[in-house]
Amino acid sequence: MDPYAKPLPRPSRYSAPFWQGARRGELLLQSCKACGVSQHPAGPVCRDCWSDRLEWRAASGKGKVYSYTIVHRTTTQGFAGETPYAVAIVELDEGPRVTTNITGCPVDAVKIDMRVRAVFTPATDEITLVKFAPEPA
Amino acid sequence: MRSTVISGLAELSAMKSSGDVTALGLYCQVAREAAADAGLERGEIDGLLIHTPFDGFSLYWPTVLADTLNLKLGFFDVVELGGASAAGMVWRAAAAIEAGLCNHVLCLTADVFTGLGGVRDLMPGQRQEYEMPYGASPPNGYYAMVARRHMHQYGTRPEQLAKIAVDQRTNAMATPGALFGSKPLTIDDVLNSPMVCDPLHLFEVVSPCSGGAGVVVSRRSAAKSAHAPISILGAGEAGSHLNIARRPDITHSWAQDSAAKAFAMAGLKAADMDVAQLYDCYTIAVLILLEDLGFCAKGQGGAFVAGHDLTWSGDFPCNTSGGQLSYGQPGGAGGMIPVVETVRQLMGRAGERQVLNASKGVAHGNGGVMADEVTLVLAN
Repeated sequence: MDPYAKPLPRPSRYSAPFWQGARRGELLLQSCKACGVSQHPAGPVCRDCWSDRLEWRAASGKGKVYSYTIVHRTTTQGFAGETPYAVAIVELDEGPRVTTNITGCPVDAVKIDMRVRAVFTPATDEITLVKFAPEPA
Repeated sequence: MRSTVISGLAELSAMKSSGDVTALGLYCQVAREAAADAGLERGEIDGLLIHTPFDGFSLYWPTVLADTLNLKLGFFDVVELGGASAAGMVWRAAAAIEAGLCNHVLCLTADVFTGLGGVRDLMPGQRQEYEMPYGASPPNGYYAMVARRHMHQYGTRPEQLAKIAVDQRTNAMATPGALFGSKPLTIDDVLNSPMVCDPLHLFEVVSPCSGGAGVVVSRRSAAKSAHAPISILGAGEAGSHLNIARRPDITHSWAQDSAAKAFAMAGLKAADMDVAQLYDCYTIAVLILLEDLGFCAKGQGGAFVAGHDLTWSGDFPCNTSGGQLSYGQPGGAGGMIPVVETVRQLMGRAGERQVLNASKGVAHGNGGVMADEVTLVLAN
């Protein structure tokens, strides 16, 4: 198998549980035990109240497309052979938004407000990316 | 900031390649030309603000440049706000002068285009971790998503965005040193140029290049320039987020806040401006800034652009030197284009493209994806 040629996340102390969850097929959000807010990306503290009492909670994995672009000329290493592909900001039902790819449909079928659900796409043995596909009708 | 002025300027030609001249070499050239324009000798310069260039990125850049130029400084620093750095330098310099730290501050930017590879390694960890693995190609992909959302919410049309690039090209054709100053553009040319990130076409995206520009901020009582000094009537700064997805509505930027502060400080409003120089990494950035600075209501940017002539001789002179879209984007120096061109117009030194009777202007810098915003209100 060819080595993975695209950029890969390098999980940190704060983000490692997110990527471990993705590997298990779970979309996890960092949540604040002090004020209850969920956030993405994860950080050392809650962005709202600065508490460091944080825990991980499973999200539904469902959401909708907030905005998107179809990339025809990429500047990201390893993606040249994939164009055109869809990059989107997906708003999760729990509130936080994630940058992702929309897969499982032609790129011209991607629309704002389209309902989507997470699909867990292994990139390497260690890293699974969280992409989204149209919710089954 | 009424006791300070902008007393001089310099701008190098945009170059596709600077040969073997480094960013440090370009910085020295801009410093020499800016100081001379302000009528200052080396020994009179006692302040220095710069942007760390991609070429030769390291710690201690202000120290390196001060050493290279043999300056004796009372104030020096890096301003690291991406494309808003240059505008951010101007009010910092004025504040330092008013605090009594110095009298003449060189505010300089310069960079050599070295390819995107090196830039990639300088990206914040969050961007490397959550954006690049999806091929998001920041910032192209994100500005495209801002444009898409703007179209969705307000019905903005591709030809309206394209007109921004067309009018700015007309301006570049009257600007010596512009990278794309020789050939006019039509709206069809823009819409027929290759799609980069839908809905943004190639001619709606800046072209990276090498170059540099700067201004000198001086204590009013110490200014020596042969040119009429330019007053800094207002300044505003606002931010920030790393990923624009964290804005509740990505069609509204922090520029609303920076502009409100700057215009309030100046006691003026957008409609009072004779020229508008707005950071233009992409056509959509100009459209958002037209709305957020208050030239039109939110969502009306498309109609505003279609209904006005943005060329230097038009009814709404905007990005009169061609902006980054047609002058070129010399890395972090691109953000100095709005500042230098506003000063040039207000000094009456814009030559063929001089806007008649220009007495007040707004220069706006934008860093990241509408993340770091600085608005300056200037007057002669």
